[in-house]
Amino acid sequence: MIAEALFFSAILFTIGVVGVLTRRNALIIFMCVELMLNAVNLSFVALSKMHGAALGQVFVVFVMTVAAAEAAVGLAIVIAVYRHFGTVELQNINLLRG
Amino acid sequence: MSLLYQVHFYLFGIIAVASALFFVTRKNPVAAALWLVNTMFALAALYVMLDAQFVGAIQVLVYAGAIMVVFLFVVMLLNLGQTDAPDFRTPGVRLGAAAVAVVMLAELLVLSRAGRIPEVAPSATPQTNVVAPVAELLFTEHLLAFEITSVLLLVAVVGAVVLAKRQRRA
Amino acid sequence: MMLALLQAAAEASPAAHPLAGTVAEYVWMLPLLPLLGFVINGLLSIVPAYHAGPEDVSHDPEAGHTDMAHEEAYEAEATTFHRRWNALSSVVGPLVVGIAFVLAAAIFLAMRAAGPSLETAGAFVRTYGSWMPAGELRINWGLQLDQLSMLMTLIITGVGTLIHLFSIGYMRTDPGYSRYFAYLNLFVCFMLVLVLGGSYPVLFVGWEGVGLCSYLLIGFWFSDESNANAGKKAFIVNRVGDFGFLVAMFLLWANLGTLDYAGVDAAATRLVANGALVTAICLFLFLGCAGKSAQLPLYIWLPDAMAGPTPVSALIHAATMVTAGVYLIARSGALFALAPFASLLVALTGALTALFAATIGLKQWDIKKVLAYSTVSQLGYMFVAAGVGAYSAAVFHLATHAFFKALLFLGAGSVIYALHEAYHHTHREEDAQDMRNMGGLRRHMPVTWALMWAATLAIAGVPVFSGFFSKDQILGAVYGAARHSAIGELRLLGIPGSAILYGIYVLGLVTALITAIYMTRMMLYTFHGANRTGEGERPHLHEAPWIMTGPLAVLGVLTVFGGWLNLPAVLHALGPEALLDRWLAPVVARASATLAGGEVAHLSHATEYALIGAAVAVSVLGIGFAVVRYRGPLLAKREAEAAETGLGAAVRQAYYVDRGIGRYLVEPTIALSRKVLWRGLDVGLIDGVIVNGSAALMRGVAWAGARIQTGNVGNYAWIVAVGALVVIGAVAFR
Repeated sequence: MIAEALFFSAILFTIGVVGVLTRRNALIIFMCVELMLNAVNLSFVALSKMHGAALGQVFVVFVMTVAAAEAAVGLAIVIAVYRHFGTVELQNINLLRG
Repeated sequence: MSLLYQVHFYLFGIIAVASALFFVTRKNPVAAALWLVNTMFALAALYVMLDAQFVGAIQVLVYAGAIMVVFLFVVMLLNLGQTDAPDFRTPGVRLGAAAVAVVMLAELLVLSRAGRIPEVAPSATPQTNVVAPVAELLFTEHLLAFEITSVLLLVAVVGAVVLAKRQRRA
Repeated sequence: MMLALLQAAAEASPAAHPLAGTVAEYVWMLPLLPLLGFVINGLLSIVPAYHAGPEDVSHDPEAGHTDMAHEEAYEAEATTFHRRWNALSSVVGPLVVGIAFVLAAAIFLAMRAAGPSLETAGAFVRTYGSWMPAGELRINWGLQLDQLSMLMTLIITGVGTLIHLFSIGYMRTDPGYSRYFAYLNLFVCFMLVLVLGGSYPVLFVGWEGVGLCSYLLIGFWFSDESNANAGKKAFIVNRVGDFGFLVAMFLLWANLGTLDYAGVDAAATRLVANGALVTAICLFLFLGCAGKSAQLPLYIWLPDAMAGPTPVSALIHAATMVTAGVYLIARSGALFALAPFASLLVALTGALTALFAATIGLKQWDIKKVLAYSTVSQLGYMFVAAGVGAYSAAVFHLATHAFFKALLFLGAGSVIYALHEAYHHTHREEDAQDMRNMGGLRRHMPVTWALMWAATLAIAGVPVFSGFFSKDQILGAVYGAARHSAIGELRLLGIPGSAILYGIYVLGLVTALITAIYMTRMMLYTFHGANRTGEGERPHLHEAPWIMTGPLAVLGVLTVFGGWLNLPAVLHALGPEALLDRWLAPVVARASATLAGGEVAHLSHATEYALIGAAVAVSVLGIGFAVVRYRGPLLAKREAEAAETGLGAAVRQAYYVDRGIGRYLVEPTIALSRKVLWRGLDVGLIDGVIVNGSAALMRGVAWAGARIQTGNVGNYAWIVAVGALVVIGAVAFR
């Protein structure tokens, strides 16, 4: 079942990438990133199973922690952005235009 | 490996992928978030089937239970439920994204087939001690990294508070 | 440090050379003493200027043209402070050179004491450290003491000391007094490195060092642009020669694998005699010599070098530095002996230069220009001697020339000093070097007059005076070589070498005639006839102080009796014969004999008397002709001659060589530099394409890069995704 797990992981990851590339809403893009992280977690777990070692699961714990931290900061940024621009549409936010 | 196991594995996998597809195509952020929660539940099931019961548990608790709730909370806080602007980018961009998706999927699948993947059977008997191996690694070999994640979380909390705080005009 | 050097020197001498353990071990002190003087005087020249602050310009704008500083301007600024420092320079400058001379004399005596054992022992070489250890190339800081370098050292330090003493009086009022002595000391230091160096590269260090000092001293009064330009001219023309010298060294290293004199002498036998390689090496060496010693066609810098103070002209541009080329050829005798063709070209160039410069000397009004062309001419003589393999004759003439030409220059300096002082009293701006402003100075400065006549008779070749013997020996050597020598058997453009050598002999005689004429002319215009300086100035004309006439007198003695250094065999009644020939024999005899075709030709007494008779005849004839030609009435004329035409004007303008070089060499070079190199290459290619082009390219890239920076996170995500595709693809499809 390892191969299948990796297959699902790849599909989920790709869906996340497509979401990031096609959506405009900062929140949705955020969630797509979370989906990508989950896809990677699935790979970790599958490979952990394959090697019969718990290290992969340890890694998943760390990834989740980072994801939680990222979500907290990211959402705070989204709130700040919304307060400043009145929108979370990334198309309208380009203060750093070169 | 029992047929039942295989059926269940494919079932949860397909649920996860389908939910993800729904998630990414929903215009309404609330609906999208809920579809993502569904994906995560399916993933939790897959974790359990891959003998990672502890990860499956915290997947439900932390991801589906905490992180996604915060997302929903923000969506509702900012009142993003109804939006008039088209949330999807232009068809050209979507076509490009499709191309990227095809190439990336191909690459990832090539990568996942790069090494020989041995078939590992799931444990026949229900496992009783599933947390201990993870905890042993986490609290011995990776103790420093584990402790640093606590600092990371602290920083994230402080940062979130500072960022989201209403700026007082000087 | 000196102790360490001494110890190193002691350790490096396992073999018992006759000079080992004698005073000759202190040979390293010879160049270091003047260097010490340079350091002290250099500091002295900085300290007072620093004390006086930025107001004290270290030069006098008025001084440039007339050799002397304005006294009032100086007096106004000269505090006792300045005087005290100057007094220190007066002591240190000559003293270090004087001590070097005493040391050189002591070493000379040690060499005499070593006696015949020295002749077989070879050169006394001491190595003081490694300079360029690069692969197989090992160049050491080595000094070599042999008969030739000893003689050169004695001339340099001896004449150098006298000229330093003379300078005390001559430069007395110059604001750059200490700086002057610093340069002069540095020059002596480098000159000693040049003659004492044990290998070609060490010689080259001295060679370039004296070039530097020459540049600094020609442009000593650099606030006058023409002086600064003269210095630059000397430096640049010498670069042409140095190129030749460098190529010769490269060829030597590439083919012989050594650059030490001893090594080259030993390895020279491996070269094919009369082959293309050794001829090329010798001709490139000669190109270097022609630059340093002002031979055709590179002589043009020497007349301009007269822009420097007159004692500098005496020391550097007459007595020592310009003879370095002769020294180099004598030093490289082992190579030139294998290249008769190159030797013939050396002799021919020397003869042509001698005649060419002598004719120009006929028409010059500037007393120093006359002497400058005279120097070029006499150097030509030396090269004639070196070319026919008569190295000891060349060095002999080098020595006597150092005496009488230094005397002539210092005498001219004394005259210029007197005229300058006189014009200074009456505040007239006249050229103190123009002979048309002189005349009748005999009554005012009898000592200078008498001594300069002695030198004039010497250079003209009047018997008993030193120049007679050396010039006679050269002409005799040429005649002998024409009769029988390896050179005489060559053919150049189908002409037999012996015929060319006879031609060179005739050229030498003609040059001697012209030399006698122009020198007598100079003396007559300067010291005889009516005085043309001016009514107001006449009472102020007087003899120079003793510090200046004293060195003149010493040089006068040397000028008169210098010939006893090397009396010809036929005149053995006058004293011991051929002292110098015998002294130099261990160094040069073998090369001389090789070039002569086995054995140096011995002329019969009758032939020798005939040659001497011819030489004496032309010199007396020349003096007589000049006395008749430039008699009383002509001398009295203030503006001597009207504008000349034809050949006379050409000679007056030095055959338009400078103008021709300016038009056909310098101007095209400048045009090329401006239009092609500057506007085309520098502005167009380097500035335009490379510098500005790369800037424009970067601007374009930056513009494109800025377009990527949309500020839109979505676009960045795209870039990251594509980048990730590339990376993952690189890993997946490895």
